[in-house]
Amino acid sequence: MAINDENYIEVKGLTFYRGDRVIYNNIDLVIPKGKITAIMGPSGTGKTTLLRLIGGQLKPDAGEIWVDGLNVPDLGRKQMFELRARMGMLFQSGALFTDLTVFENVAFPLRVHTQLSEDMIRDLVLLKLQAVGLRGARDLMPSELSGGMARRAALARAIALDPELLMYDEPFAGQDPIAMGVLVQLIRLLNDALGHTSIVVSHDVAETASIADYIYIISDGEVVGSGAPEEVLHTDLPRVKQFMQGLPDGPVPFHYPARKLADDLIEPNLTKLRGA
Amino acid sequence: MIERVRRVGSQGVQFLESFGASGLFLFHSLWAWPRASSFPLLVRQIYSVGVLSLIIIVVSGLFIGMVLALQGYNILTRYGSEQALGQLVSLTLLRELGPVVASLLFAGRAGSALTAEIGLMKATEQLASMEMIGVDPLRRIVSPRLWAGFICLPLLALIFSTVGIWGAQLVGVDWLGVYDGSFWANMQDSVEFREDVLNGIIKSMVFAVAVTWIAVFQGYDTVPTSEGISRATTRTVVYASLAVLGLDFILTAVMFGDL
Repeated sequence: MAINDENYIEVKGLTFYRGDRVIYNNIDLVIPKGKITAIMGPSGTGKTTLLRLIGGQLKPDAGEIWVDGLNVPDLGRKQMFELRARMGMLFQSGALFTDLTVFENVAFPLRVHTQLSEDMIRDLVLLKLQAVGLRGARDLMPSELSGGMARRAALARAIALDPELLMYDEPFAGQDPIAMGVLVQLIRLLNDALGHTSIVVSHDVAETASIADYIYIISDGEVVGSGAPEEVLHTDLPRVKQFMQGLPDGPVPFHYPARKLADDLIEPNLTKLRGA
Repeated sequence: MIERVRRVGSQGVQFLESFGASGLFLFHSLWAWPRASSFPLLVRQIYSVGVLSLIIIVVSGLFIGMVLALQGYNILTRYGSEQALGQLVSLTLLRELGPVVASLLFAGRAGSALTAEIGLMKATEQLASMEMIGVDPLRRIVSPRLWAGFICLPLLALIFSTVGIWGAQLVGVDWLGVYDGSFWANMQDSVEFREDVLNGIIKSMVFAVAVTWIAVFQGYDTVPTSEGISRATTRTVVYASLAVLGLDFILTAVMFGDL
């Protein structure tokens, strides 16, 4: 059982490796019920990996991931799919089913998980599409949508079953300012109206901080900072400060580990000279 | 030397791991076989892998039957036995060429398409999103394709043999003038249902399992990049073709080799 009933998710001692690389090194975090929690951090720190670990698509090397009282790594295949029916996830690419229209994509979870009549499904799908502004695009195929529209259609599909947990993977990436503004409002509105728990994975600082109730900053496999948006924005912790303010110099290096540029440039010439 | 041994050992372990994973994959996919509600998915896949493969099967069967008749007639006339043409063509097609060539064509036409389709679904996160919706992709995507392959390939092999025999009759009887009574009567006398037709069907069923299993597993297990999908598609055609030819030898040895 999860320790605290106020938390929808509790992650304890999570360790995860990808090959020899440590993605998470014994981290703990909690996602409170009914709130928007943001997971932020530089690219490549494993933010999406965390969502996949919570969704049971990846198995941790050590640690526990409690979701609504169930330890995800211990679940069998059937229990896992039952738990996922209570989750919604917005993928970075949208991940719409390319052989189905927008309408059928949104109707898909309703058809497979409910016994609703066709009329009821139609009404529900149209309401969800109305919420994301795509009611008029219901007959389009995914290949006919722009990137932003595909993301919104995928959001309509993710909320089709009114899930208890909604996970957003980089919802603002590649959106134009209008679509981004709408999405920011929509995430807050949906969370408040439907009362579900939301996790937003993003590195768009301003947008995410404007809607999040709590923020975790992850870097180098550790939680390097956490707190309410105001606290995190004005922290003095060097790694958090560098990320939140977008500073080029700081403890988080811009360059992938490599030897000195001068050595890389000079050595081949030296080798040639020695050969001559 | 030690490094070489280590590399061979490592490749052996990788092969066994992959083989074990594909076995588990087949078990889960068969366990998740289409229920009544997903029957339309099965029908759609039967259309996609079976009906759409009909043209290549029919055309190939026709030409192979015609070539067999031409070659057979040339050889048999040397011994004055051209009336045995029906026997030669029917036994060759029913026992060997029907199941084997239909399976090779199926691997190239439908197997590669299955791998590419499932691989692209993986690369575009459609399989992952289906999992997160709470729908098992093995039940929804893999199982209908697997069963469609199992159902369609034996039927395609039978159609291949039938069209091949018709092509041989066209060349042998209608063009080269073999007496049609002896053509059909020899065939009727020599072809036994259990020994020839049923064994041919059993062969094609075994090939169907091998080819479709390889195709869907390669798609599901692909590295989700354009290069990964390209490699997986190539592997499907190569592995499936080799599996068909290898299994054909084993089955022929068991069925007709008195082993």
